[in-house]
Amino acid sequence: MDHLIGLVGDGYALVAADRKVAHSIIAVKHDEDKILKLDGSKLLGCVGELGDTKNFSEFIQKNMALYALQNGTELSTHAAAHFIRGEISYALRRSPKLCNMVLVGYDKDVGPSLYHTDYLGGMHKMNFGGHGYGSFFAVSLLDRLWKPNMSLDEGIALMKQVFVEINTRFLVGGSTFTLKVVDKDGVRTIDLGDDEMKA
Amino acid sequence: FQVEYAMEAVKRGSAVVGVRGADCVVLGVERKAVAQLQDARTIRKICKLDDHLTIAFAGFTADARVLIEKARIEAQSYRLTCEDAPSIDYMARHIAKTQQSYTQRGGVRPFGVSSMISGFNSDKSPQLYLTDPAGTYSAWKAHAIGGRNEKAVQEFLEKNWTATLAEDESIRLTIKALLEVVDSGSKNMEVVVSRCGEKVRNLTEEELEVIIADIEREQEEAKKSNQEATAMET
Repeated sequence: MDHLIGLVGDGYALVAADRKVAHSIIAVKHDEDKILKLDGSKLLGCVGELGDTKNFSEFIQKNMALYALQNGTELSTHAAAHFIRGEISYALRRSPKLCNMVLVGYDKDVGPSLYHTDYLGGMHKMNFGGHGYGSFFAVSLLDRLWKPNMSLDEGIALMKQVFVEINTRFLVGGSTFTLKVVDKDGVRTIDLGDDEMKA
Repeated sequence: FQVEYAMEAVKRGSAVVGVRGADCVVLGVERKAVAQLQDARTIRKICKLDDHLTIAFAGFTADARVLIEKARIEAQSYRLTCEDAPSIDYMARHIAKTQQSYTQRGGVRPFGVSSMISGFNSDKSPQLYLTDPAGTYSAWKAHAIGGRNEKAVQEFLEKNWTATLAEDESIRLTIKALLEVVDSGSKNMEVVVSRCGEKVRNLTEEELEVIIADIEREQEEAKKSNQEATAMET
């Protein structure tokens, strides 16, 4: 199962996802990027049913691009989260999308925010959250170690501790992670280096 | 007949000039004088179709709004299914197809809009496409639509366009062409420059003023030297 974790810090929000794609007992790929750049100030980590994740997240991405073109301005994170939740809810009893998501975004007036959405359309604005087996370990760790307004370096160090914990205690080891950050300067990937995640 | 009426509507619209340079495309529009109480900023005649495509139109603003919205949705839909940006030819063809479909069925009237689309081919070469109410689309090196005297501006462009226009020369040509029908002043025109792979650039009022002043100075000097030449002859 995919690991997806996110947290909010001082003027930034981080989201991390593992990079493995599996079909029953076969690991198809080890370098899949499960975090989609929705627009210049939002990232959507989307895990779950393989076709649904790609399809749904790209659909959201194109709709947000259309909104920006039509209205001359990007959607706020709050609005984007509710749009996503609305789409999941609409499809739920017609053609459900099995997508578990963590949306992180940065708005000038509100700062960084994180929205945790599950495949049934439950959505909550949180300081940190995650999906998958990895989230059990991650959230326990973050419960203890997360504090408000952590600097970016502290946030990245905390994420690295989470990765090590997942690789130590989860049954299926050897996970590598993609870590991305969104802040006032936009969206970028954080280079973790090769040695960080092998437990 | 309806198509011809629609084309009349375009002719009565405010002027749009498009010039294809060697490595850029320039679109210039006439900004009609606004009423005193109107907020000039809300009248946009040059719109973004997608990150890499810009469109300017002449004719019915409302019709253009509908057409551009359809085009924007189509652009995103293309990106969703094909994972690629739509080519300028594709977008021009789509808009033209839409315009044509409204000329051949009952209960609707044609869009009273001609549009000029600027963008770049996959080989980075600049392109300028034109669509009209009949639903034809074609690529141009330079063109003018709308405005007091469409023909005069088009002839001006034909006389002065060359294949090797650099960016500043293309801008100058666009503004000179617009000045044929527009009262002078940066308040009365809007100029937008597209370069391949870069964000579309809107010329500021200050930049426009500088170029217009320079063009007018040039014209004054040309007039003076003409007068001197004729004076000397007598």
